[in-house]
Amino acid sequence: MKTLIRISTAAALAAGLSLGGTAAQAAGGHGGPELMHPSWSFEGIYGRYNEDQLKRGWEVYAQVCASCHPLDYMHYRNLEGLGYTEDEVKEIAAQFEVRDGPDEWGEMFTRPATPPDAFAEPYENDALAKLANGGVVPPNLSVMTRARDGGADYVYSLMLGYEGGVPEWVHEEDPDFALPPGKSFNAYFPGYAISMPEQLFEGAVTYSDGTEATPEQMAKDVTAFLQWAAEPELEDRKELGRYTLLFLIVFTGVLYAYKREIWKDAH
Amino acid sequence: MSSTPNPVWSNRAIKWVDRRMPIFTLMYNELVVYPAPRNLNYWWNFGSLAGIALVILIFSGIFLAMYYVPHEDMAFASIERIMRDVNYGWLIRFIHMNTVSLFFLCVYIHIFRGMYYGSYKAPRELLWGIGVIIYLVMVGTAFLGYVLPWGQMSFWAATVITSLVTPIPWVGEDLAIWLWGGFGVNNATLQRFFSLHYLFPMVIFALVFLHLWALHTTKSNNPLGVEVKKKADTLPFHPYYTMKDAFGLGVALIALAFFVFFAPNYFNHAINYVQADPMVTPEHIVPEWYFLPFYAILRAVPDKLGGVVLMFLSIAIWLALPWLDTSKVRSGRFRPLFKWFFWLLVIDFCILTWLGAMPAEGAYVTMGQWATAYYFAHFILILPLLGWFEKTKPVPESISAAVTAGHDKEAAA
Repeated sequence: MKTLIRISTAAALAAGLSLGGTAAQAAGGHGGPELMHPSWSFEGIYGRYNEDQLKRGWEVYAQVCASCHPLDYMHYRNLEGLGYTEDEVKEIAAQFEVRDGPDEWGEMFTRPATPPDAFAEPYENDALAKLANGGVVPPNLSVMTRARDGGADYVYSLMLGYEGGVPEWVHEEDPDFALPPGKSFNAYFPGYAISMPEQLFEGAVTYSDGTEATPEQMAKDVTAFLQWAAEPELEDRKELGRYTLLFLIVFTGVLYAYKREIWKDAH
Repeated sequence: MSSTPNPVWSNRAIKWVDRRMPIFTLMYNELVVYPAPRNLNYWWNFGSLAGIALVILIFSGIFLAMYYVPHEDMAFASIERIMRDVNYGWLIRFIHMNTVSLFFLCVYIHIFRGMYYGSYKAPRELLWGIGVIIYLVMVGTAFLGYVLPWGQMSFWAATVITSLVTPIPWVGEDLAIWLWGGFGVNNATLQRFFSLHYLFPMVIFALVFLHLWALHTTKSNNPLGVEVKKKADTLPFHPYYTMKDAFGLGVALIALAFFVFFAPNYFNHAINYVQADPMVTPEHIVPEWYFLPFYAILRAVPDKLGGVVLMFLSIAIWLALPWLDTSKVRSGRFRPLFKWFFWLLVIDFCILTWLGAMPAEGAYVTMGQWATAYYFAHFILILPLLGWFEKTKPVPESISAAVTAGHDKEAAA
């Protein structure tokens, strides 16, 4: 009976893991270099966000990304999750303008944002977004790390994957490769030709905590912020998961002992 | 249905109800004293486990439906709202998403257990057939549910699967338009998919009761495949199998909790977190893991209609299994040749699963065709012939005789 349990759990796990793995590979799998993998504080079953890092990441988003990329489904009140106080969040929100109305004269108007407001959209509609960005709409970033194979590693690598020209290895892969006008070369982007130009130049943001704004630092911080934006429940989820697993393992042990007790004369 | 004497109820309320509608007597007979073969091994856990997975799915689904909005412009955002703003919405959704994988895993093990131990043979043909129909409705339900988040893979899976009807001669095109409620997958499609995704689990639930009715009429098969003959062959369902099932459930919940809390999107495709866009086709359209073997069979045939027909036959052929298997011996334990062919089928099924996730090109196509051919050969050639040629081992007199004589080597399975 024990061998059976062992075989079945091993088979079930192996099947599950390999299937999930192959499915994920089939859906992803582009050419180009391996994704970079810096150490993330939110990895593993004890993973947590680093609030200082999230705040720096928010500064990168607000100063660099926000002019083109929306954070759909999110509200200014969510920023309390970065460790800002209620008053700080009010102050931050007030720096942004949101559209409201109609007022009593039937007119739409703009006003400073408040914590319950959804994040301001950078463009009023997709047509304007396309007009300003060479014909493509800058994607929403609030689910980005969930929406790409490789997750945080992909976002981080992409931020740092720009190269001035087309490197030699690309021509070895595809001799006819030519960068279309208006596109930039990015080693991690599927097809290598990305519409967004390089953003994270040395000193592109001024961190309020005085951290030196190197491209690696900014890429890491903004990726952590986007991971938080995509999975704000992560810390709660992992904490609850640890207690749930601990309980289930102990309880299942008790069940097994009880089962053996009941069955001891039945075999 | 049971031969044990009916219980005498001392509680007056229970007595009053039971006199007018013997529901307590029914539960007592079917869940407490129900005589189950004493030699059921852990492979017999997966039926009740699948049933519990169904209940978890129905409950979590009811709560998701309170917040989900089945509209092409709002569906994707409503899921994000569940994940972000509904209290523990992420937990309910991740439980719903991952329990589907648990459900299919249990049902696949349950089906292959039935194949190995000959649980489909007389008098259990109907029990088996109802099970196959439950599986078919499950497939439909899971597909409908995968469309609801309205991500890229949702939309394109819906497009690919509904387009399967188009090669049907004469009516195919019209049938597709009728299914879509338009000239392609659109808002009407999403709304009817939501409606049906809520309905089908209730159908499955009803079918599970028929499945159990048939089971409790013919009684459980067992690893030896010999019928229960006397009381010594059995144990009362409670506490023996309630406890064994409870332990199995504990193990399953540990695995489920691991994925829900630490790898909630493991079985999902990242691209399904990109909102559906009819103008952008994803690079690869890959179904969920539990559909992969049948997807591989679909793609093994160069002709579209032929592929669809073969895919349906690959499941429908299970309905004919009781008559395709000509062997008089039920359990694979006493069939030395069948045992090998059974495991070959399992391997073939795994290969098909793997191929379903691979792009349909080059060697994968040829391998898919061979694996598909072998899959059907198992049912229409090997099984009928084995019954004639195979020299089976002697089958024990009774379950209790085998247990006391020590024949019941669990490891033999």
